[in-house]
Amino acid sequence: MFYKTELSSRLFLGTAQYPSPAILAEAIRASGTEVITVSLRREGPGGGVFRDLIAATGCRVLPNTAGCHSAREAITTAHMAREVFGTNWIKLEVIGHADTLQPDPFALLEAARVLCAEGFEVFPYTTEDLILGEKLIEAGCRVLMPWGAPIGSGQGLRNIEGLRSMRAHFPDIPLVIDAGIGAPSQAAQAMEMGFDAVLLNTAVAKALDPVGMARAFRQAVEAGLAAHRAGLMPRRDMAAASTPIFGMAALA
Amino acid sequence: MMFSVLGAGVAGLCAATALAERGARVEVIDPSPDPTGASWYAGGMLAPYCEAEAAPDEVFTMGRDAVRWWAERVPGVLKNGTLVVAPARDAVELDRFARATRGHAWVDPGTIEPDLQGRFARGLFYAEEAHLDPRAAARALRDRLIALGAELHFGTGATPRGQIIDCRGLTSRDHLTELRAVRGEMLLVETPEITLSRPVRLLHPRFPCYIVPRGENRFMIGATMVESDDDRPVTARAAMELLSAAYTLHPAFAEAAIVEMGAGLRPSLPDNVPRVLHRGGRCHINGLYRHGFLTAPALAEELAQTLFQEHRHAS
Repeated sequence: MFYKTELSSRLFLGTAQYPSPAILAEAIRASGTEVITVSLRREGPGGGVFRDLIAATGCRVLPNTAGCHSAREAITTAHMAREVFGTNWIKLEVIGHADTLQPDPFALLEAARVLCAEGFEVFPYTTEDLILGEKLIEAGCRVLMPWGAPIGSGQGLRNIEGLRSMRAHFPDIPLVIDAGIGAPSQAAQAMEMGFDAVLLNTAVAKALDPVGMARAFRQAVEAGLAAHRAGLMPRRDMAAASTPIFGMAALA
Repeated sequence: MMFSVLGAGVAGLCAATALAERGARVEVIDPSPDPTGASWYAGGMLAPYCEAEAAPDEVFTMGRDAVRWWAERVPGVLKNGTLVVAPARDAVELDRFARATRGHAWVDPGTIEPDLQGRFARGLFYAEEAHLDPRAAARALRDRLIALGAELHFGTGATPRGQIIDCRGLTSRDHLTELRAVRGEMLLVETPEITLSRPVRLLHPRFPCYIVPRGENRFMIGATMVESDDDRPVTARAAMELLSAAYTLHPAFAEAAIVEMGAGLRPSLPDNVPRVLHRGGRCHINGLYRHGFLTAPALAEELAQTLFQEHRHAS
């Protein structure tokens, strides 16, 4: 449940960098996604036609504050998003570093407190830091979106142990891996680890065939979720024979 | 038979040319006394191979003959190809670009652009591509139209007298509701310190850009792509991105004089493919997106052929 919304698809898709709105719409269909995220900061009020095309896909829109570098910018953008899209959902992104696009944890928390108090349902783009996660929940967030790797890097889950701890630490909070996913196998891995969803953009938008890649991610996310539900076998340090070995000659 | 071409951007001028060359009576009407619109800010790259990185095959097909079409009609079409490079850190972008396109060869960039000697380890060279100065080309096409007997009416007051060929770009949203704007920002800089013989594209994961030599020490740096119909001047962010890209290509750009900054709106259809459309009793050439000088000739010829066939059948 993401703020009391049940979603059957666990793949959230970004809408930037596609060759055209037509291909974007086709990729959205192929991905089976129900949630798409849209930026506002750079496009401003003038991006209305593109936003109408996005709305026509029928997906739930999760507006984002991409491109914001301060709490104030992010809050203003969130207000505009609520007005433009008529939703309380906001993917809160406050960038701390222009090159790695790493979140600024301090400004993120500050903005999250304000927006939660104003009734927004905040999806914060955060790191795997547990204390930051706790404080975001304390601020009112009911979903956390830890990064897999820097935005657009395609490096996958860079800190698997940190993400594993995070999953264990917040068993009842929906966790979405946001950013850094480059390959379907990485999305499947996140789902196998018990994350509730993955959000990605570049891996699909900049594929040579975005629609084909959207389909591949759909299958990977479905496979990862099914595997998690089915219960993965534990990793063992020794080989374990699946047939009895009792009675074999000891040659050593 | 008389044709009234509305709009003197690249779509209108090419359409008028194709019709006038077939012997039709043509008038071109544009309410603006000065050139404006997307054509004025175009890069002027005739680069069907590079554009195919993101554009569908139709755009490549339309653009294939653009170099010949322009070279037969206007001076200044330079067939020097295109060079594509990437900073060392973004070298994987070059591999991706190579996979996404055809018609290229790997080169040491310094061997074809001596000023880039030692700056980039490798690059992609698209030998079949060309470039022109879009403003000079538009001027030449206007002069040529007058020589062909066409009438050009600039400013308000002219009433169309013939069959309407609508090439008004974004203004045609009153007839083509699916048109949208994709904002683009460009800079024109001047420096005697750098010489380039061909457009150079610099790949970057977030803000790819190109630099087109315009002669007389001038270089056009373009262009952003923003899903917005906001026509305000170039934003600080866009200027910073474009300038830092130019600086990455060659640090001497830091001392270049900025002689112009411009922002234009590209008329675009939902699939970003330029088209001839017949709707509501008029013919349109529209949705040229970022492919104006590349696709306008093919669209103009397609339109002229269709119209002349119709007239033959009718007579």
